[in-house]
Amino acid sequence: MKKAALLILAVTVISGGLLLTAYIENQYFYFSTYIVLQYIILATAWNILGGYTGYVNFGTGAYFGLGAYTAGYLITNFNLPLPWLIVAGGTSSAVLGLAIGYLTLRLKGVYFSIATLAMSIVIATLIINTPALGGAKGMYILRPKEVSFFSNYMELLFATMVIIAVFTVALAWFIENSWFGRGLAAIRDDEVAAACNGVPVLRLKVLSATTSGALMGIAGAPYPYYISYMEPLSTISLDMAVNSLAMPLIGGTGSWIGPVLGAILLSTTQQVATVTISSEYNLLIVGILLVGFVILAPNGLVGLFQSLLKRRTD
Amino acid sequence: MASLLEVHDLTKSFGGFSALNHIDLVVHRGERLGLIGPNGSGKTTLINCITGVLRPDRGRIYFDGEEITSLASFRIARAGIARSFQIPRPFRSMTVLENLCIPLRFAAAVKMRSTELEAAAREILELIGLGDKATASPLDLTQIEMRKMELSRALASRPRLLILDEVMAGLASSELDEMLAIFHILSGQGITIIMIEHILRAVMNFSQRLVVLDAGRKIADGSPGDVIKNPQVEKAYLGE
Ligand SMILES: Nc1ncnc2c1ncn2[C@@H]1O[C@H](COP(=O)(O)OP(=O)(O)O)[C@@H](O)[C@H]1O
Ligand SMILES: [Mg+2]
Repeated sequence: MKKAALLILAVTVISGGLLLTAYIENQYFYFSTYIVLQYIILATAWNILGGYTGYVNFGTGAYFGLGAYTAGYLITNFNLPLPWLIVAGGTSSAVLGLAIGYLTLRLKGVYFSIATLAMSIVIATLIINTPALGGAKGMYILRPKEVSFFSNYMELLFATMVIIAVFTVALAWFIENSWFGRGLAAIRDDEVAAACNGVPVLRLKVLSATTSGALMGIAGAPYPYYISYMEPLSTISLDMAVNSLAMPLIGGTGSWIGPVLGAILLSTTQQVATVTISSEYNLLIVGILLVGFVILAPNGLVGLFQSLLKRRTD
Repeated sequence: MASLLEVHDLTKSFGGFSALNHIDLVVHRGERLGLIGPNGSGKTTLINCITGVLRPDRGRIYFDGEEITSLASFRIARAGIARSFQIPRPFRSMTVLENLCIPLRFAAAVKMRSTELEAAAREILELIGLGDKATASPLDLTQIEMRKMELSRALASRPRLLILDEVMAGLASSELDEMLAIFHILSGQGITIIMIEHILRAVMNFSQRLVVLDAGRKIADGSPGDVIKNPQVEKAYLGE
């Protein structure tokens, strides 16, 4: 029953998104909702390793950037079509996720987090020093002139992100309700107890990190076309790492809906602030919201709703 | 009696501190073995080495004829060794029932459907006397209920060898007898049990054989009556 309802929801969101492109002309709408969708994907992906498995990752920028630069390279050199870019971006970040997964073998807690932060810096430095990727100067990407089905390329990118976002959230739901997800929860709660109760800890952690990384890379693959000019420091940014960690925390890390709510709330607020005040305030907003939620609603929006519901029924 | 677990020359140090010194130990199939020793004598460390939580510096461990010395913990659990933790380690985001479903799904050799799994978990909880706590969070359990949950979860992997690390600490006398009765039932089902316990009455009632550790060395191994009269044991353990 619940499964059917969620399937209908997924189909509705996708067809709704596609329909929108027939009605909304204002290009700014697509430009700004693209970012919201991107963060729904990133926050959901982050939550698979961070929320479900308990490994706090500061490397979102690296996975995203690797996906974006893989795509950028393939566009400028081979002019590959978008679906291939998504496959390639996802694959390269999956490999990075695999490597990070093995790191969890030795590093726990804050040491793991610091390692992922260092990894971000390493990836950014590598790109800065690789002329084939534009180095520090960056790279320009031209959007294809011809677009079928949509009136322009931005609308195609928007529709693509809607589909990826729905797919990502569906995958998170699936993981949460599978034995894989329950194994991850056991690892998050107590790794030693999990192992002594038969949970193949290393295998599940590596799989979790790989899945999370792959999804972040997929989120990065359409980005070169979106941004048109890509350079390392803004593509692999700490802002992105902090955002995609803050969103699940604000929404609630326990279930798939938490990161979605957090991403919508936070990135919409940031978009509005960028237009009305200045983008300088974006990180400040995250900081204030994060501190507020940690103190007042440690289980995020989802936890807040649950306790309100409980109070009403009691 | 054939041996189920064999530990040869097991040695483990933490930094310069030697926690286990050349330990040899054989546990027979179906046996009820008591493992005693003063605090810090290395009992938990020995269990940690057997279950793959710690890697020994030297020595070998065999279970059912197969070497398990360097196996990952989850493989050792799947091979049929279950343990409880002296300091309880519940899965805190799950209910008591869900805690049991983890080993039932991941460690037990028989593959079951979700509904069968839950029924099996409930059965174990009933046996241990935690039936009414199935949907509770482990965080709401009392210390004693928490220990019972540790025991239930260890049973849920359907082990051939069950290692109990001070599960009876803090129990009242009547509960102690209840618990001992359960252990005798489990033993009757053919499960081999190693019991680490400070409560002498429980150990003496339960054990067919007693092994004593002191400062990382095995100082006695024999029938409970003989071991308890051993002057070295009296000095190390009872006279403390
Ligand atoms: N992970 C560890 N790191 C350092 N020292 C440890 C560790 N585990 C146990 N020890 C030390 O090893 C000794 C034996 O501990 P333990 O095996 O827990 O004893 P017992 O269970 O017999 O009370 C103690 O002195 C303890 O402090
Ligand atoms: Mg101990």
